[in-house]
This record gives sequence, C-alpha cells and structure tokens, in this order.
Amino acid sequence: MTRYTKRLNERGFDETRPVEAKAGVIKKADGSAFFRIGKTTAYAAVYGPRECHPKHIQDPKRGILRCNYNMMPFSAEERVRPGPSRRSKEISMVTEKALFPVVHLEDYPNAVVDVFIELTETDAGSRCAGICAASIALADAGITMKDMVAAISTGVIDHQVAVDLDGEEEHITDMDVADIPVAMVPSTEEITLLQMDGKVSKEELFKALEAVKPVLKKIAETQRKALKEKYKDWNDANITTGTTNDLIADTKTSEKVD
Amino acid sequence: MSDAKLLVKDKDIVVPGEILAVGIDYLPGAGTYRLGDDILANRLGLLMIDGKVLKTVPLSGRYLPKKYDVVIGKVIDILMSGWKLDINSAYPAVLPLKDASFSYIAKGDDLTKYFELDDYVVLKITNVTSQNLVDVTCKGPGLHKLKGGRIIYVNTHKVPRIIGKKGSMVSLIKKATDCKVIVGQNGIAWLSGEPEMEVIAVNTIKVIEDKSHISGLTEKIKEYLEKITGRKLEIPSEAELEKENLSEEHREERPREERRYERRPYERRGERRFERRDRERY
Repeated sequence: MTRYTKRLNERGFDETRPVEAKAGVIKKADGSAFFRIGKTTAYAAVYGPRECHPKHIQDPKRGILRCNYNMMPFSAEERVRPGPSRRSKEISMVTEKALFPVVHLEDYPNAVVDVFIELTETDAGSRCAGICAASIALADAGITMKDMVAAISTGVIDHQVAVDLDGEEEHITDMDVADIPVAMVPSTEEITLLQMDGKVSKEELFKALEAVKPVLKKIAETQRKALKEKYKDWNDANITTGTTNDLIADTKTSEKVD
Repeated sequence: MSDAKLLVKDKDIVVPGEILAVGIDYLPGAGTYRLGDDILANRLGLLMIDGKVLKTVPLSGRYLPKKYDVVIGKVIDILMSGWKLDINSAYPAVLPLKDASFSYIAKGDDLTKYFELDDYVVLKITNVTSQNLVDVTCKGPGLHKLKGGRIIYVNTHKVPRIIGKKGSMVSLIKKATDCKVIVGQNGIAWLSGEPEMEVIAVNTIKVIEDKSHISGLTEKIKEYLEKITGRKLEIPSEAELEKENLSEEHREERPREERRYERRPYERRGERRFERRDRERY
C-alpha cells in the first residue's frame, strides 16, 4: 500500500501542471518556440540547416543535429554558474538523441541544424520542457520531421505513479521517489528518451510508462496547436498601412550595397 | 472507395505528425508520408489536395539550392580559380573563373578586379551535386554584379508570390516606385531607387511576404501602392509582361562588346578564325 494518497500540489495522479506553448517567439531565428509547464519555462531557437563548423564534425551522409541546453543563472533557487557543466552537457546530449529519430537530416549532408534551449525558470522537468520547446522550434524552422517529440517526466512516489513531478515532490525525503523523464514519438509510440533517478521496481516502471502515454499525446496536441496558432490571423486580408516611423525603422535592418 | 476519409481541408495549415487522411485510397505527395494506412504530414506547411494526392507547400525553412535558379550571392572568399559566395543557404556556391566574365581573365590576374569580397552578384545556378556542392555562373541575360541600392532578406518560400505570375507583382512595384528590383530565388532581394521609394518598395515586399496566401493579392497590392504613392496604377497585362521579359532590362547595363560575344559563342568564333587562316594559307 502507498502512503502517498494525495499529491502535495492537489493535482490528480495523471494530471500535469498547466501547459502553455507558443511558436515563433524569436524573430532572428529560423524557428523558435516557448514552452512552459507549471513553473518551468523553456525557450528554444533553431538555426539552420547551415554550414557546419568545426569542419571535422561534418558528416557527408547526413546533416548533424546539435543541441545546447542551458539554464540561465537566475533560473533556479540557487544561482547557476554560467557555462557548460557536466549536467548541461549530459542533457544536451540526451536531448539530441531524443529528437534525432524524428528529424530527416538526409537532405542536408555536411550541414548542421543548431538547437539552442534556454531555461529562464526551472522547477523540475526542465529537460522535458526543453525537448518539447525544441520540437516545436524544429517544426517552425520548416525542417522535415516525421512527427513531434513530446516529453514529460513521470514518477513513482512510494509505489504510486504520479505524472509530472514538480520540485516539491522531487524533494520528498520520507518516501521513495523515482523521477522518470520520458520522451515519445506520438504516432508510433516510440520512446526516444528514458532516464530514471531514484528507486523503482520493474513492474512500477512499466506501469508508469503505460500511464504516461496518453499524457504525452495530449502534450503533442498542445505543441501542434501552438504551431497552428502562429498562422491564426492568416485569413485577415486587410493590409494595414504602418506609420512612416515604422517604415524607416524597418529599412534600417536592410543592408546597403556600395 | 472503402473507408477512406480525409481529416483536413484543402489549404489547411498542417504540422508534422498530423494525420491527414485514413485509408489507402489517398496518396502521399511531397511533405507527407504513409504510416500504416494513414497519411501523415512531415513538415509544417499548407496542405494542397490534388485529386487523391496530398502534399504540403512549405511556409518556412532555409533555401535549398536548385539547378537553374537565379539567386543573389555575396562574395565571401576568393579562391585560386574563382569565388566562393554565400547564397543564404547551408551550402556556399562556387563561381568558377570561366563562368565569371565575358572578358578574358589572364592567368594569375588579381581576381578582386572582377568581384571583391562583400560584393553582391546576380547568379544562375548551373549545377547542384548530391552532396549539395553548388556551381554558379554570372554569364547570361540579367546576371551581373550589383552596384548601389540595398539588399533585403525575405522568406524564400514567398519569393514566387513576390514575383507574381509572369512577374506581374514585381513589375507593379517597379512601376509604382520607379525602383529597380531583383528578387533572387534564395530570398535575397536587391532594390535601388529614390530613398523614399525604396522604403515603400521594401514595405510592399514585406506586406506581400506577410499576406502571401491571400487570393487576389496583386489587386490588393495595387490599391495599397496607389494609396501610398498617390499614383494611378494598372496591373500589367500578360502581353506587356511578355515583352518586358524578352527585353531583359539588365542586358543594356553591360558593355556592348560583351553582348556581341553572347550572340557568338566562343567555339564558333574559333572555328571561323581557323577557316580564315586556312584560306590565307592556301
């Protein structure tokens, strides 16, 4: 029997924190997205396909996917030392591997698709938020991919499966807590990321994975909606004439030719 | 027809992984694929239904070089026997010496005489290999180095709309603003004219980019330009456009002798010279 009968945050056991997603938030990037789940916020920017540097990592068979996960100094309770750390390097690597199976990179030999994930606010499940944001950003950048990748961290607290642990739950000390980040391709139900931190039995792990599938499909829907939302105002045929100042400001971004 | 069902409408925005149709009676086109019995989208785009074929037209993404495209490139490096140009793509283009100029370029000549670093050039892609190595030429009608004016970047997938049917849209902008406008397939556009007019032209292009999916856009842009410039405009007729395309406006910008060479290919001239020499000898 479990002692964890009611969640600390009053959520249902298969209920996530409120999810919010938006595509195209960074103007200069080829594709970008914002993804927030509870108090965890991730921004992703995609650049490319572009020329790959350093040249020795180029692959003549297919393009390279290069992810970079970064927590901003002010994003957690305690200041995060800027620059790559052991943890951020690991997460960059697993993010890359979580997204790689869906992205078609065969059309871009020797090139690279860069994904930058920045976290402005974290409260557990940041790698999953990063993967979700990156997946929207990749689609926004017009990159061919067979599906989105949805990710969420599920968990087992004292033999009870609970989806989307927050910081408070992760730090429970009087019970066994297992934190299990999962990423999945919704259409084929392939799992592209599976990590585990804590103590869990085989049966409970399977139970947790089964419970998280419908949740991941719901997240994929949110991701798709975010992309469609970007083109919502499309059918507005009115052409608004900007003010003269707008016009001049806009031309400043263009380049003069000698 | 069994239980085939279409789940989306024509001209819907579709996203990767979205199921477009169920059943094997529909066929996957570009930007879609089949998974089991279903057809799914594999990129963000506008859905087009052509009979039983479903395909998507991309809305975003970088330029992928294609043979015979006319593009605008920027010189980023000078090589042993040519130039390397950035064509707003993942792959740089190489302009070999023999395709650079109609005039003779001597061995060991200073190549910056022809194209200097940071010069913008109108080019045509002659070849793209499987590894996406790109060869370009600067010999041909309308291909030349750009002087003056300004460069703007636009979405490469919107370029066909900016140009319009047979160039109707771009010639409308040209007439309204008296600017010279060249739009490369790679999303780099060049324009040159009076400063105020340049601003209007730039903004018109931005509007077209923004509203590219609306039908009857040429008519709307005409009204927009009339309001802004206060001129009376007419959408150019097809016959007019045809004439304009034939008399490629940039052709006269090149010196006369270059044009002569164009009409007489190098091989032909060689032959003729040889014939004359033959006659003298015998």
